[in-house]
Amino acid sequence: MDKLERHWRRVSRMTGSLLATWLLTTFCIIFFARELSGLTIFGWPLSFYLAAQGASLIYLAIIGFYAWRMRRLERLYRNEDAA
Amino acid sequence: MRTPFFRKLQRYYTIFASCFAMFLLALAMLEKEGMPRLWIGYLFMFATIILYAAIGVISRTSNVAEYYVAGRRVPSLFNGMATAADWISAASFISLAGGLYLHGFDGLAYIMGWTGGYCLVALLIGPYLRKFGQYTIPDFFAARYGGGFNGRAVRLMAVGATIVVSFTYVVAQIYAVGLIASRFTGVDFSVGIFLGLASILVCSFLGGMRAITWTQVAQYIIILVAFLMPAMWLAVKHGGNPVPQVAYGKLLPKLSARETQLAQDEKESEVREVFLQRAEDFDVRLHGLPASWDSGRLEAQHNLDMVKQRNGSLLEIRAAERALADYPKTVEDAAAVWAAQRNYNLARGRELVKHAEPFPGANREQSDQKRNNFLALVFCLMVGTAALPHILMRSYTTPSVQETRVSVFWTLFFILLVYLTIPALAVLVKYDIYSSLVGSDFAHLPTWVSYWANVDKANPLLSISDVNLDGIVQLAEIQIDSDVLVLATPEIAGLPYVVSGLVAAGGLAAALSTADGLLLAISNALSHDVYYKLVDPQASTQKRVTISKLLLLAVAFIAAYAASTKPGDILSLVGAAFSLAASTLFPALVAGVFWQRANHQGAMAAMVAGFFTCLYYMLHANPVLGGSISGQWFGIAANSAGVFGVPAGLAALVLVSLLTPAPDARTLSLVRHIRTPE
Repeated sequence: MDKLERHWRRVSRMTGSLLATWLLTTFCIIFFARELSGLTIFGWPLSFYLAAQGASLIYLAIIGFYAWRMRRLERLYRNEDAA
Repeated sequence: MRTPFFRKLQRYYTIFASCFAMFLLALAMLEKEGMPRLWIGYLFMFATIILYAAIGVISRTSNVAEYYVAGRRVPSLFNGMATAADWISAASFISLAGGLYLHGFDGLAYIMGWTGGYCLVALLIGPYLRKFGQYTIPDFFAARYGGGFNGRAVRLMAVGATIVVSFTYVVAQIYAVGLIASRFTGVDFSVGIFLGLASILVCSFLGGMRAITWTQVAQYIIILVAFLMPAMWLAVKHGGNPVPQVAYGKLLPKLSARETQLAQDEKESEVREVFLQRAEDFDVRLHGLPASWDSGRLEAQHNLDMVKQRNGSLLEIRAAERALADYPKTVEDAAAVWAAQRNYNLARGRELVKHAEPFPGANREQSDQKRNNFLALVFCLMVGTAALPHILMRSYTTPSVQETRVSVFWTLFFILLVYLTIPALAVLVKYDIYSSLVGSDFAHLPTWVSYWANVDKANPLLSISDVNLDGIVQLAEIQIDSDVLVLATPEIAGLPYVVSGLVAAGGLAAALSTADGLLLAISNALSHDVYYKLVDPQASTQKRVTISKLLLLAVAFIAAYAASTKPGDILSLVGAAFSLAASTLFPALVAGVFWQRANHQGAMAAMVAGFFTCLYYMLHANPVLGGSISGQWFGIAANSAGVFGVPAGLAALVLVSLLTPAPDARTLSLVRHIRTPE
């Protein structure tokens, strides 16, 4: 297995797990909205808070984590060159 | 990161922001000195339009790389701001908060959908497009899925999809420009359109992507200030906290208590009864057709005669004459008009729905139906976001692949500054109206009510009438259009008129920035992909840029003409653009990077299958397009056709690719290249 394939496997694995996080977050927040609306967080009904702010902040975190992580993965790839 | 170029930009925009703040202060002082409102409107309109034009003139260019991709040197932070301005359209700025006010929890689908799509852009598409490093989205399709004739067929299909999607969208933006300009300066609607068009043109015509990028950064600053200022004011007023995103948490329980109180109010149910009674009357007349049409007309004629006989006042005679003149001309007309009236009155008579309650419905099935539609809409908006050409195009403008990734982060960050405020604003305004307007005296209505009620006589944006004649405003007597809420917020909050002008300027900036990006996406697709790549590959760079500018002019005028005819149908189809983009472009875009085996035939099949599935469903289930509600599958609304289009496209891609030969070595090496880090 060559260097690029190893790198690509790492990238795909991370992309896959982040996409799964994205999908689960979105789906659960919507699908269980009625069940969650009984709980409150700082005054908001939980389901309303998640749909209005929580989900979007999680998306931002996913993108931020991805950018940070990719920088490291690419450095790893370049270092393999040197080694 | 902190290159000299970055520092220079930082300095320029800091100077710009402080000049803008001084401009606002100066206007506020002038208003205190008694400057008329109309002048404030004029000053805002022209100052901002001149500003955008000036940036366009300063960044004029004829260099191909500068014109198409801003020289690929836009730092991620600024690219994020520009993309955010590109993204925040007239609809998000003007109508979204109003939509949330009207629909409560159900409106949040737009907030989730329009932010979640950026995960797909960041993870699956943006960075890889930057690594590919050409100019347009069809470029990527042609190189990756090539096939015979140098990828002509694939390229043309991608161009077609780009144009269909972007054009409906740009017409809506230009329409909004005309609306805002005419509301705030009193000029005619079409004059407003062409004023806005002038600034779009000076900017993108002279400098292409380079000019619009730097204009969009300035526009973003205006959008942000314009949106936050009234929201912060209201947050301090009702929540005692200047951060609206935090303050409205405390307000929601209070709003909910007020809603419970209003739901049990006897006067409220009295008003609703009146509306339901009216709906009932129309229903009876509908069932009595065609006999009821005859008797109704005779009655109207009889009324007029009676008034004339007993020497009624001129006003009474006028009213009776108008009733007769407006009476439906044929039985078919009567059926349509009365059905619309019945539905309108039924809607007005509906029970109050709690703002924070998810999927309100009479029973579990209805509620489940709403949840499924919410899911479908979120899916379409997300996938559509990741396939809109004018947003993806921006991935090409950063200096490196890593900068593209960071730039998507900044994009979502800057979008969220506005998008997290939208639900807050809706709640704040709702609380204000529920607690101070409702229950007040009809004799002492605030001035903003009469102002906005009179803006558009034919299609009132706001109407309050004393339905049960008790002299007190009931909630059910108020009707608000979703377009008016943001524009009226400064007045509702009791802010000076300068802030209203600022909000209008913000709405204008949102519409103009999006229109800029869309027009460029269309004209680049035509000039770069059709003219340069297919018609005349030997064209000199000078000629290519000139052709592109001419096409931009032509497209802009066609779009402005389309908008000036006030096409209600096109406007209702903007939501559909997301489904079309998602179904047509998304499967082939993602497979292009992540599935080596995807080939020419597969991509063609995916685009055709996705597009036609989506189109078929819309025609089948959208009453505006000649379908019917009963044609819906699983009760999914027509605008969410992408729910069927995307899987159809993906299935076609996989099946056809596997049945036809694998892509050649050249394509495989391209995929390898795209996946390789820089």
